Amino acid sequence: MQREVTFAGFGGQGIMTAGKLLALAGMAEGKEVAWIPSYGPEMRGGTAYCTVVIADRLIGSPIVNDPENVFVFNRPSLDKFGPRVRPGGVLLINSSLIDVLSERKDIEQTCVPCNDIANALKNGRSINLVGLGAFVARTTMVSLETQRAVLHKEFGKKGKESVLQAATEVFEAGVRAVLEGQGAKTP
Amino acid sequence: MAKKLMKGNEAIGEAAIVAGAQAYFCYPITPQTEVAEYLAKRMPEVGGVFVQAESELAASQMIFGAAAAGARAFTTSSSPGISLMGEAMSYIAAAELPAVFINIIRCGPGLGGILPSQGDYLQATKGGGHGDYRFLVLAPSTVQETVDLTIEAFRLADKYRNPVLLIGDGLIGQMMEPVDFEGRGAPPTLDTSAWATTGCVGREPHIVKTLFLDPNELERRNRKMRDKYEQMKREEVRFEAYLCDDAPELLVAAYGTTARVVRTAIDRLREDGVKVGMFRPISVFPFPDEPVRQLAFQPSVRSVLVVEMSMGQMLEDVERALQGRRPIHFYGRGGGNVPAPEELVRECRRLLGNGQGGRP
Repeated sequence: MQREVTFAGFGGQGIMTAGKLLALAGMAEGKEVAWIPSYGPEMRGGTAYCTVVIADRLIGSPIVNDPENVFVFNRPSLDKFGPRVRPGGVLLINSSLIDVLSERKDIEQTCVPCNDIANALKNGRSINLVGLGAFVARTTMVSLETQRAVLHKEFGKKGKESVLQAATEVFEAGVRAVLEGQGAKTP
Repeated sequence: MAKKLMKGNEAIGEAAIVAGAQAYFCYPITPQTEVAEYLAKRMPEVGGVFVQAESELAASQMIFGAAAAGARAFTTSSSPGISLMGEAMSYIAAAELPAVFINIIRCGPGLGGILPSQGDYLQATKGGGHGDYRFLVLAPSTVQETVDLTIEAFRLADKYRNPVLLIGDGLIGQMMEPVDFEGRGAPPTLDTSAWATTGCVGREPHIVKTLFLDPNELERRNRKMRDKYEQMKREEVRFEAYLCDDAPELLVAAYGTTARVVRTAIDRLREDGVKVGMFRPISVFPFPDEPVRQLAFQPSVRSVLVVEMSMGQMLEDVERALQGRRPIHFYGRGGGNVPAPEELVRECRRLLGNGQGGRP
């Protein structure tokens, strides 16, 4: 069993960090994991994406051209990665910045207004954690409990309780957006 | 200690610390600059030396100096930077000093690009610098293996008093995987008292040099070095055979990142009953000549496919080892493109003549 996701957006949206937090959760569940960044000549503000693979056996090819899941955080990423989602897979769309859906009929699509949710919580820079919460809730690539524990470990530094609290708030808002359909629209 | 999620480049840095490296000299170049970033912080913490030199030439000559003084010294760079270090590589080999070089290969030739490649295989295994010498060359394919072989490189450098080169491609440097440092430690400290230039108060001076104008003296050194390389061929061959013991029809030879893609392709082919196995050299000098012969000369193996991120370099070692006794095919990608499992599945099916799936 191997599951994959590509997170894609632009530099500064926290794409790489979201992927790393997911990979850490996969590790915490005792799985094999690999985190592969986009790495190539990119300009500031250019595209940024990473792929996370979680498997129950040794991971072979680190390059996955047709990931099971894709989360796009801006419009150019939808154009680039929308066509690559494996048939039957899930495409999550940051509907705050993307006002269209993919025209594909062979995948499932879920919209999450990441920027709006983060802004409403006065934490506009944490759209990646909104997205992570929504992603884990939607796909259960790792369990929500494991992902929460990883957030606790990564953000719960002593004396910085407010950081953990803020992170948890946006993460849970992302989870709710999917589970309760708050602000989410599907075709 | 629990596993840590680390980038290949950072893992190299930590592995060198674990191996007891005392001095690191570098000059930044993509895609391996994170090694320097990591060690700029870590080397001072363990009382080691970190120097960002003014150039790769300087960094490599600093290794020569540090190794001559008996320090466990190393550097990391990427293809164009490694070329600039060629002179020092030759000198360090000539002076019979232990040192570790790591090349996180990017695509070339020239400045090329910054994406992954295996285009430096021939430079790594057949030369790099001038003269009659060899590096021992190791090629990991996961971040954990990169850690283990980095530590091993320092041990082997001491064992042979010869530089060891570890080659990874940009992808191994950039990706994160869980790594375990549990149970791993520094190789025993080398006794350098007979040759290291540590200050000669109260004893005869030690001289480390590479200029020998007497042909007989130099030839003696050449022969001694040749004996070391022959010992490496006997004692340091490493390889992995993947699914080769059930009479495969096709043997695929690949190393590094490419071997991971081959592994995925083989798993998919096997789901359809297509019997393909993989030979993965881990030491590329010494090349596992005898193991690849044993795998390829099984009666079931109809041909061998070499896959590389180059236009055909390890191919020459496979051809040399197999001595024309099996047909050899080649599939290469360049420019920084990593082959996808799908294209390797297609190529294997094409070679086996069963493009529609299933056995012919």
